[in-house]
Amino acid sequence: MKSILYILVGFFFGIIMYKSEAASWFRIYEMFQFQSFHMYGIIGTALAFGIVFVQVIKHYKIKSIDGNPIVILPKEKSFSRYMIGGIIFGLGWALAGACPGPIFVLVGAGFVPILIVLASAVLGTFLYGVLKEKLPH
Amino acid sequence: MEFFLQPWPWYLSGFLIACTMLILLLMGKKFGMSSNLKTFCAACGAGKVSPFFQSDWKSDKWNLLVVVGAILGGFVASHYLSNGEMPAISEATKASLASINISAENQYMPRELFSISALSDIKTILILIVGGVLIGFGARYAGGCTSGHAISGLSNLQLPSLIAVIGFFIGGLVMVHLLFPLIF
Repeated sequence: MKSILYILVGFFFGIIMYKSEAASWFRIYEMFQFQSFHMYGIIGTALAFGIVFVQVIKHYKIKSIDGNPIVILPKEKSFSRYMIGGIIFGLGWALAGACPGPIFVLVGAGFVPILIVLASAVLGTFLYGVLKEKLPH
Repeated sequence: MEFFLQPWPWYLSGFLIACTMLILLLMGKKFGMSSNLKTFCAACGAGKVSPFFQSDWKSDKWNLLVVVGAILGGFVASHYLSNGEMPAISEATKASLASINISAENQYMPRELFSISALSDIKTILILIVGGVLIGFGARYAGGCTSGHAISGLSNLQLPSLIAVIGFFIGGLVMVHLLFPLIF
């Protein structure tokens, strides 16, 4: 039963990504040109509601449907891994014009070349796992 | 119905993305798409090569179901809720497309990169491969992507996520403004 729920959440997320045009290469390109408010509006609105949702969950100690407290684990403290990793991710995000969520959505939309991006992203993840100990974190 | 067939406005989209995160939190999970790439690696036996992949990937199966849903959602949205039109990007952006050899009369995705015929050009394939590798490598290095850091992490007011998002934009701006003229 819960499995269907996860698929449904993903299903609506996929529709949102496609219909908001956040999954379109053109919107990402335009965002990095600062020539439209569209993507900033999407991220800004998501963030504004997201902050309210998280604060309400914390304030009222709302529990998940399993009855467990909702805990959001803080990320480990570091500067270099977030900055260097972030820059590398940003280079790829702009070059392929898609981030991981939209990559999956575009697979469903039937854009065959995105499969190359997906396979390469899996490869990139694998390379990180192999090189992790040698990288500054 | 007509409303749903149009591209959705940013405020509706942003609100619904926040709701996606909220539902996952209420289900005791978290909103983050790039960790699925790690789960793929772990499920394919990458744990034999690196301890990084030796986590219990089966505990992340729920997120793979979200991915299955996202793929289905992409199929339904593109086939039944849209006519595949090019987004109505700004005139300034349209004008700048010519400088990177991408037509301003296009579809949802630029056919110069995302049509099957574009794959006959080795350069296109290289762009897609390098882009993908950077996305996968960078997302794990930074510990998250747009969903995990820019939405989930910033919603929780986490400093690491702010640093990562600043990094995302530095990378994206360098790519589009400094490297695109050399690549395209």
